[in-house]
Amino acid sequence: MSTAAYAMRDSMTMLRRNLKHARRYPSMTVSVVAMPILMLLLFVYVFGGALGPGIGVAGASGDRGAYIGYVAPGIFLMAATSGAVATAVSVCTDMTEGIINRFRTMAISRGSVLTGHVVGSVIQTMISLALVIGVAVAVGFRPDATPVEWLAALGILALIAFALTWLSAAMGLVAKTVESASNAPMPLTFLPFLGSAIVTPESMPDGLRWFAEYQPFTPVNETLRGLLTGTEIGDNALIALAWGAGLSLVGYLWARSAFARGARP
Amino acid sequence: MTAPLATGTEQAITAIGLTKSYGDKLVLDGIDLRIPEGTVFALLGPNGAGKTTTVQILSTLVAADSGQAWVAGHDLTRDSDAVRAAIGVTGQFSAVDNLLTAEENLLLMADLHHLPRREGRRRAAGLLRRFDLTEAAAKPAATCSGGMRRKLDLAMTLVGEPRVIFLDEPTTGLDPRSRRTMWEIIRGLVDDEGVTVFLTTQYLEEADRLADRIAVLDRGRLVAEGTADELKRRVPGGHIRLRFADPGGLESAAALFGPVTRQDTEALTLSVPSDGGVTTLRAVLDVLEYASVEAAELTVHTPDLDDVFLTLTERPGHSAQPGHAPGGPKENAR
Repeated sequence: MSTAAYAMRDSMTMLRRNLKHARRYPSMTVSVVAMPILMLLLFVYVFGGALGPGIGVAGASGDRGAYIGYVAPGIFLMAATSGAVATAVSVCTDMTEGIINRFRTMAISRGSVLTGHVVGSVIQTMISLALVIGVAVAVGFRPDATPVEWLAALGILALIAFALTWLSAAMGLVAKTVESASNAPMPLTFLPFLGSAIVTPESMPDGLRWFAEYQPFTPVNETLRGLLTGTEIGDNALIALAWGAGLSLVGYLWARSAFARGARP
Repeated sequence: MTAPLATGTEQAITAIGLTKSYGDKLVLDGIDLRIPEGTVFALLGPNGAGKTTTVQILSTLVAADSGQAWVAGHDLTRDSDAVRAAIGVTGQFSAVDNLLTAEENLLLMADLHHLPRREGRRRAAGLLRRFDLTEAAAKPAATCSGGMRRKLDLAMTLVGEPRVIFLDEPTTGLDPRSRRTMWEIIRGLVDDEGVTVFLTTQYLEEADRLADRIAVLDRGRLVAEGTADELKRRVPGGHIRLRFADPGGLESAAALFGPVTRQDTEALTLSVPSDGGVTTLRAVLDVLEYASVEAAELTVHTPDLDDVFLTLTERPGHSAQPGHAPGGPKENAR
C-alpha cells in the first residue's frame, strides 16, 4: 500500500476508536445537543415575543412563528459551534492518556490521531445538528428550502464545524489542563450572539455593529438564513466559504504543529 | 529479520554520546550503549537519573540534543519510521486505552500494524490466552487491576511482534506475585523468541534476575556496566562484622586486626574485610579466641547489587536532585 493509503487506513482506525469512545461515554454528546435545543426554546418561547417585533421580521410583527424563521438558522450555527468546541476537551483528555505516547512510537501516519478526532467530532456534530433541526421544525420552523438548498446549508454547516473543530483540536493540544481546554474555545460559542444570529446587527451600537458585520459568523448566518428561508444572500456565501476554508487551514496547521511538538516529558 | 543469537555480535541497540537537556537541566550527559541481539539489558538508576529520557530517545519519542543511535539496524533520526516498525514500547505510565476493552485494545494495535483482520484476531486471542487475560477480554481496561493492565500493556506491545522491546519500569507498583509473573513473561520473550529487551528499573533484584548486562545510570551518566557478577566484584563490600559488649572488647579487637578494619564506636562494631569464604571466617574466629576477646555477635556480609548501587550512586553532600546546572566544574570533568 502507498503512504496515502496507509494514512487513510490509520485515520479510519483512529476514527473508529473515537466513535467507540463517544458511543460508550455519551455524556459529552448529550450536553452538546442539549445546549442548542435549550437555546432554541429559550429564544422562541421566552424572548421570541419581545424580539420578533424589534427586529422587524418580514411578515407578521410580534409573531413567534416568524421569529423562529429568523433565529433557527442562528441556532443551527450555534449547534455546529458547540459540537466543535467540545473537541478541545476530548483532544486534551486524550493527550493525557499514555496510549498517545504509544501511538507516537508506532510506525503509523502521524496525523491519523488528530484526523480521527476531527472527523469523529464532525460526524457527531452533524448528528446532533439533525436533532436540533428536528426540534426546530417541531416547534414551528417552516423553511421554504429546496432539497438542493438544504444540502448547501448542511454543507456550509459541515464546513464551519470542520474549521472550528480543527481550531478547537489545536486549542486542546496546547492547553495545559483539561479545564483550560474547556475554557479556551468558549469565545467561539459566544461569537454568534455578536453577529446576526439572534438580532440584526443594525440594532447594535456602532462599534459592535462594525464587529458584527465583519466577523466570520455573520456571513455564514446570512447564507444559512438565505438558503433556508429565502432572504437575500448576496456575496455572503462566498465570504462564508472563504472563512470556512481559511479557518480550516489555520486550525489544521496549528493543530499539526502542536501535535508534532512532541511528547510531554 | 536478522538472525537472533546467531553470532552474538549483532547489535540490537548502539548509542554514541547521547545528550539531552530540558531547559538548563542536563538530563543525559553522553550515554554510550552497545546491546547485543537477544539479550536483556537493564538500565539501573535512582529516580531522576535519566532512565525514562533514555528510553524516550531510543524509542523515537523525543529527540536527543546530540549523539547518534541505531536501533534494530536503523538510524534513529534518519530512519525513525523503520525503527518504529521494529520496536515495541511499554512506558512507565499505562499506555492502554482505558475506554476500550482488553480485546479492543489488542485489535486496535493489530489495525495500526496493518494486519489482515483474521491475523489480528488470531494474535489478539493468542495474547489474551498467553497472558491469562481471557476473563478481562470484554471488560473496559479502566476496570482492570493494575497487574492486569500492565500485562495488557505488554501484550499490546507484542501485537506487532517487535524485535526490540523497551520496558520502562515494567513492574513499578506491582504486587510481588504480579511482578514475578512479569519477570517470567519477559524472560520467556528473550529465551523463546530471541527478542532484545531494554528495561529500566530501580529494583536491583529485578536487574539481577532478568538482565544479561546491567548499566548503572546516575545523574545522566553511565557510572558502571557489566554483568551482575562483574558489578558485584567492583565494590569491596564483603566484610565480617563483629559486635562487642563493651568498648574495651572493641578496642582490643581493633588492635588485633590492625588498620584494615573499620570501627563504629557507637554501635560497638568492627568490620573486617572478607571474601565471604569459610577460611577467612575461621581465621577471624581463631585470632579472637587466641587473644581471649569475646564478640557478642558476628555477621557475614557479601556484596550485593545494593552495595554496588549505593557505592556507585553515592551523593556528595545531600543533593538528591537529578541533573545539575551545566557548565559547573564537575560537568567538564569527564
